[in-house]
Amino acid sequence: MFGVTRNAAGVLVGESVASGLMPEQPSPLRAPAGGGALIEARDLRKSFGDFVAVDGISFSIERGEVFGFLGPNGAGKTSTMRMVACASPPTGGVLRVLDMDAATEGPAIRARLGVVPQEDNLDTELSVLDNLLVYGRYFGLERGLLRRRAEELLAFAQLTDRARDRVDPLSGGMKRRLTIARALINQPDVVLLDEPTTGLDPQARHALWERLYALKRDGVTLVITTHYMDEAEQLCDRLVVMDGGCIVDEGSPRQLIERHVRREVVELRFLVEADKAAAAVLVESLSDHVEVLADRLLLAADDGDATAAAVHAAGVRADAVLVRRASLEDVFLRLTGRTLED
Amino acid sequence: MAAPAALAAPMRVVEHEWLMTRRLWQGVVFSMFVSPLLMLGAMGLGLGGLVDDGAGVGGTSYLEFVAPGLLAATLVQAAVADSLWPIMAGTTWLRTFHAMVATPLRPRDVQRGLVLWQVMRSSAIASVFLVVAAVLGGISSPWGVLALPAAVLGAVACAAPVAAFAATRETDVSFSLLMRLGVTPVFFFSGVFFPVGELPDALERLIVLSPLFHAVELCRAAASGTASVALVGHVAVLGALLVAGLRWGERTFERRLGV
Repeated sequence: MFGVTRNAAGVLVGESVASGLMPEQPSPLRAPAGGGALIEARDLRKSFGDFVAVDGISFSIERGEVFGFLGPNGAGKTSTMRMVACASPPTGGVLRVLDMDAATEGPAIRARLGVVPQEDNLDTELSVLDNLLVYGRYFGLERGLLRRRAEELLAFAQLTDRARDRVDPLSGGMKRRLTIARALINQPDVVLLDEPTTGLDPQARHALWERLYALKRDGVTLVITTHYMDEAEQLCDRLVVMDGGCIVDEGSPRQLIERHVRREVVELRFLVEADKAAAAVLVESLSDHVEVLADRLLLAADDGDATAAAVHAAGVRADAVLVRRASLEDVFLRLTGRTLED
Repeated sequence: MAAPAALAAPMRVVEHEWLMTRRLWQGVVFSMFVSPLLMLGAMGLGLGGLVDDGAGVGGTSYLEFVAPGLLAATLVQAAVADSLWPIMAGTTWLRTFHAMVATPLRPRDVQRGLVLWQVMRSSAIASVFLVVAAVLGGISSPWGVLALPAAVLGAVACAAPVAAFAATRETDVSFSLLMRLGVTPVFFFSGVFFPVGELPDALERLIVLSPLFHAVELCRAAASGTASVALVGHVAVLGALLVAGLRWGERTFERRLGV
């Protein structure tokens, strides 16, 4: 529906594609046509005065993949995204987007990007349809073409029956879907989504994810920042974990989980701090990694049920016991020593 | 739409402003067209009747005196107001300018587009105003058509620096202050309603600092068909202000939208 169908690139770990990106040096590892990194950053930096927002990060994003930047607020995700969107010039390092230099070829790059910003910036006084049309004109697209595309995109965003309505009274979820539809008006090679579901209720989040899956199926390359673990796990083929302006690791959600944590986690919740402290000593030998949080203990385990039974046998009585699959949340905790909500 | 290449990108911003105007036309019609004409009626005909019972102003009727002045003042006031709150909406409240610069448009295209829009908007207001003023007998010379570019020059010469300033602000607290302490006194003391010669000498010397004064002088000269060397000076002052405002705005828009 939107652009050509693209092959999802294989999972790449580390900086294996950092070199040989120029089109005149084709790599045998890559597909001959349309291959190569769409976005490539080396030692990318951004500072605002003395404050370093992005501290020398390197990554590369392939055509057709869904790539995530995961991290807490202030990790440098949005600054990175704004540089990739050519909305903010890098302070240092190399950033190539669609084989162009982000520092000097901003307008040409932006012509081929779709941007979904963290804060909605729709024309709330205008109608849903007008928002699509006027935005398309910023790209210099011809009006007849825009009318046809807008119709398709309204259907995609499930907003056809609201086309003539003003944007202002629409729900948060509808506005987000419209912002995404608007970002597709120029049939972009890459869509950048900064915290796409922040502030939405669960139902609206799932509706939005479903739309993003649809784009993924159509082969659109998506770059997403999120501080939601479930979002990263659901959507991303590959992601980097950011903290304090740096990338702390990179891989597929599955790889990151396998690399850093056990298969399952036993959560022991305590209402009384002293009980937790006492239990922490007792369970220490039952797991090779015990995380002590404010109200609970997390025990890494290959077999959660067995560990839970062992905890019980050791005489520990938690107020609640939960066995669950390890998630990116645990990976993040392991990598940074902090929870995402800190 | 065929536009010179340099204007192609700013013209897309103009299209946005035009669309907004079309969608919100009721408010626009009143503030842009009806209210200036009410002013012209009240001042030119009402107050004019009183003044003309004396001897008019320097041999012309009060309507002929005040019409070109009101034209310049209306345009400057509208252009300044339109370069304050709508800029804040674009940079901060609705962030619509951020949407623009996510596309091939650059911050300076947004800035130029907004100034270009002021040229068009001011021209539209001035045209209606001039026609009505002429019908009422406020324009005595065919050279009066030149009052249009003169008034528009005055309007954008003010709009450009004001927009540049607005782009540096995080909130609109200073805007009402600027209107009350800047625009309003200038409106009353720039020779719109009475010749600046009536002012105390100290104040009369200061009035050359008012952009509106230069615009009023140009409009009045056009409306009465009297040329003088001083006109070159008035054009130069407004031209310099416009260029300075454009340069400053290029920097402030870049800093606001592109860091």
